Amino acid sequence: MIEIVSATRCIECDICVKVCPANVFDATKDGAPVIARQEDCQTCFLCEIYCPTDALYVAEVAEGPTGISEAEVEARHLFGGYARALGWKRGKAGGSEFDPTHRIRVAQ
Amino acid sequence: MPKTATAVRSAPEGLHLAADVLVLGGGPSAAWGAVAAAESGATVVLADKGYLGTSGATAPSNTGTWCVPPGDNRHTVVERRWQRTGELADQRWMLRCVDTAYRNLLKLSEWGYPFPSEDDERLYIANLRGPDYMRFMRRRVLLAGVTVLDHHPALELLSDGDAVVGAAGVGRQVEHDWRVDAKAVVLATGGCAFRERILGSAGLTGDGYLMAAEAGATLSGMEFTGKYTLAPHGSSLNKGLPFRWASFHREDGSAILGPTGEPLRNGIGDREEEVARALIEGPVYARLDQAEPALQGWLRQGQPNCFVPYDRAGIDPFSDLFRITLRAEGTVRGTGGIDIVSDDCATGVPGLYVAGDAASREIMTGAVSGGGAVNSSWALASGWWAGKGASTHARRRGGKAFRNEVRPLGQAGLRPAASPRADIAATEIIEAVRDEVTPLDKNFFRSGAGLEKSGERLESVWRDVRDHLQGEGLERIRTREAASIAAAGRWSVAAALHRSESRGMHRRTDLPGKKLSLAHRLVINGVDDFRIAGASERLAELAS
Ligand SMILES: Cc1cc2nc3c(=O)[nH]c(=O)nc-3n(C[C@H](O)[C@H](O)[C@H](O)COP(=O)(O)OP(=O)(O)OC[C@H]3O[C@@H](n4cnc5c(N)ncnc54)[C@H](O)[C@@H]3O)c2cc1C
Ligand code: SF4
Ligand code: SF4
Repeated sequence: MIEIVSATRCIECDICVKVCPANVFDATKDGAPVIARQEDCQTCFLCEIYCPTDALYVAEVAEGPTGISEAEVEARHLFGGYARALGWKRGKAGGSEFDPTHRIRVAQ
Repeated sequence: MPKTATAVRSAPEGLHLAADVLVLGGGPSAAWGAVAAAESGATVVLADKGYLGTSGATAPSNTGTWCVPPGDNRHTVVERRWQRTGELADQRWMLRCVDTAYRNLLKLSEWGYPFPSEDDERLYIANLRGPDYMRFMRRRVLLAGVTVLDHHPALELLSDGDAVVGAAGVGRQVEHDWRVDAKAVVLATGGCAFRERILGSAGLTGDGYLMAAEAGATLSGMEFTGKYTLAPHGSSLNKGLPFRWASFHREDGSAILGPTGEPLRNGIGDREEEVARALIEGPVYARLDQAEPALQGWLRQGQPNCFVPYDRAGIDPFSDLFRITLRAEGTVRGTGGIDIVSDDCATGVPGLYVAGDAASREIMTGAVSGGGAVNSSWALASGWWAGKGASTHARRRGGKAFRNEVRPLGQAGLRPAASPRADIAATEIIEAVRDEVTPLDKNFFRSGAGLEKSGERLESVWRDVRDHLQGEGLERIRTREAASIAAAGRWSVAAALHRSESRGMHRRTDLPGKKLSLAHRLVINGVDDFRIAGASERLAELAS
């Protein structure tokens, strides 16, 4: 589930508010978006890759929050981890041309 | 310049648009439907519950397509696949689908979608990485001049007595009602995941099934909801592929055995059955220890989201044992949905077309799951046909005004039959349905007695929904979702009871084996008072 909007990383562009398919965030007047409907999160990690500053963290448990702290996410270099694995950068798509899934299908 | 939809009226009373074609949904089938309709000259509005680009089952995933190049081999490939469908699919539709899907995959490459290359430098077009693909499709839809309404779930269809003439809903971020008058509507609202926490499931509550059934459309294949996929325990990652190379163990460390008595080394496909049996008895653990180092690298790079849960939990899945679960997938990897009556994906209700997971995929994949290849090709092809079909219908309808009386068709969850009751709430309704349609011992393995009991409980849940469930404002989205989930659960259990045999993902422990007399599809008609019937004649008609 979505757990962290890092106020130090966030540039308040509100992209996450727009792109979250489950409408989990609310924009605020003078700051970072807030997680308004956490329970609705489908743990798809897509807000993370659309965020231009890797300010969001979605924990791996889909049933409920884990309570992980921003300090731990920062210390373990988890911010932006999924975007890096895909090849997306600063909220922009990239890397699908290097997808080796065809090799997996052959092995299958 | 593409033609765009016209504003009839705008805020503060709400948004009121008029267009030739209205597409409901924001996954691949909606995107292809909108592009196809716009390319034929129609003005198009696309209204999605979520955000076109991230919503639906494809966007968070990495979908393999059923990619069969033209040539003599095609018939053989289709024939071979048909053998696995429990005799319920239709080879004519399968052939049409691979043909149109292949053309659209080529179109994607012409448009510049960044496909990977194989060793011989040829583009590999048989796989579409969800986030990239759907972001790309959003751009194509906008380029085609389609008016896109994100976060605008439809609540109900509109009818003029003869035909479907639009839909109405609510903008959940702008907090106003919307209405689009359209000469044809494409339902591309996806499947029903029964609120299971799987990838893409947030919006997949079967709203399209209920809307279509209220308009008089027929459903088919609703009994085929017995598909489950492996996932790390507690995660949303219902992707089976890595478990192709895994071993499986019980709490006491003993290995789970396959049908031959050997330890299971591949947990997908039919082998989900052994894992399901073990999971009913207790916790099950897996390790991806059958993957060679090179394969480990490809899995990590090719299916990166599969590894997000492990990386975040600090697990090395290739050497550590980790707990797993089987996630219920309703009609998403099941096959049920709105029945199609003609090649243009018409539903039989004038003005109403259907595509993707909202449609029954029984003609494509019968009693087995179309996940892993068929479904995404079906979305590519059926979206295209439905978009074309809807725009042709719109053109034929021409300037003909709607009859004066445009009536909204929504009932359950919007306009209860009796007085609304505050104690009947969406969340409890959904939990009650989930209790009947997601447990492995009720729905993976089914029995007549169990289904009867589930059917009774769902009948009582449905009565509450029909008579008393109502919401105001934005709450209507949730009450309508609960009503749709309750309707889908009730249809599914009733159809499963009717199918007194085992076939594909419909596993009756009391009735193992197929019956010749049931080698046909089951169709359902009606919402509150529905009828189930065999579809043998219609199937023959379709095939002719
Ligand atoms: C994890 C996973 C992996 C998969 N992998 C594969 C694969 O490898 N190969 C394969 O062939 N298939 C695969 N599938 C299946 C494939 O993703 C689906 O068949 C495909 O996404 C269907 O496309 P669709 O457009 O019909 O529906 P979806 O992509 O599910 O989109 C449905 C859309 O409808 C919208 N919607 C719902 N209700 C409303 C409403 N009331 N008003 C407006 N909009 C609404 C939703 O917001 C969503 O945008 C996979 C599915 C999952 C879950
Ligand atoms: S997308 Fe990232 S930077 Fe933009 S508002 Fe959301 S968290 Fe902040
Ligand atoms: S993980 Fe998906 S559903 Fe959850 S907040 Fe992010 S985008 Fe929204």
